[in-house]
Amino acid sequence: MLMRPFDPFYSFSPWREMERLRREMNRLFATVTPAQFGVAPAYPAMNVWTNEEGAIVTAELPGVQTEDIDISVEGDTLTLRGDRQPDEVGEDITYHRRERGYGRFVRTLRLPFNVEPDKVEAIFKNGVLRISLPRAEAEKPRKITVKTG
Amino acid sequence: MSETKDIQVQETEKQIAETGEAERTREGLCFVPRVDIYETNESIEVVADMPGVNEDSVDITLENDVLTINGCVQPEQPEGYSLSYGEYQVGDYHRRFSLSDQINRDGIEATVKDGVLRLHLPKAQPTRKKIAIKAG
Repeated sequence: MLMRPFDPFYSFSPWREMERLRREMNRLFATVTPAQFGVAPAYPAMNVWTNEEGAIVTAELPGVQTEDIDISVEGDTLTLRGDRQPDEVGEDITYHRRERGYGRFVRTLRLPFNVEPDKVEAIFKNGVLRISLPRAEAEKPRKITVKTG
Repeated sequence: MSETKDIQVQETEKQIAETGEAERTREGLCFVPRVDIYETNESIEVVADMPGVNEDSVDITLENDVLTINGCVQPEQPEGYSLSYGEYQVGDYHRRFSLSDQINRDGIEATVKDGVLRLHLPKAQPTRKKIAIKAG
């Protein structure tokens, strides 16, 4: 603990100490990646790109078959489901390393606007999924021209 | 194993590759691909997750029993869009392994499908000699 300079108006408060401790902890953990501390990352990791027309969501799904990917859109909510199948390996094998996971996954993402469900497109290429989600026509921002009266 | 389990969340984070003493000429990030390596009586199989690569952008070399996997990924940014929420970054892949078994270099096969690299490295002597341990 740091030594405090003498302050006649300073009174010890446990709440203040707690707050100081909390700040200190936050500062410590800010330098550590979220994989080790804090929020557990969900699978798959997603990137969301947006503009006025809509959004593009990308996710890395190496080794997942196209038929095992299930995308559904309802209102402003995108749900991505999938199943990564384990490799078919013969018997009598010895694993040296096993770092690749497999299994079912589901992720739900809420977008800041409603989506035109009929115009959603998804492309799966080289293990990268790209979903384009156009914004619902009724919600698109309209430019309002100001008339001189 | 036939049962399916949920993918463990610790495995989603990409790990940045340490390029060692040599510096990369290309700018950008470089990741360590996740691999499965298993051995059969005849071969060693390497399976690596490298989303974004295709058969033309992977480079595999085997030199002095050191296997090097390099994958080149061109980050694609959707035109006219800006990233509003990002959970992963895109970059190249690099990883090296030293192989203890003698590999028949002529029989090496590599395929890339759906962002997964599969390497088939046949052993030079397929018959493994087992040494019997005698009770002393």
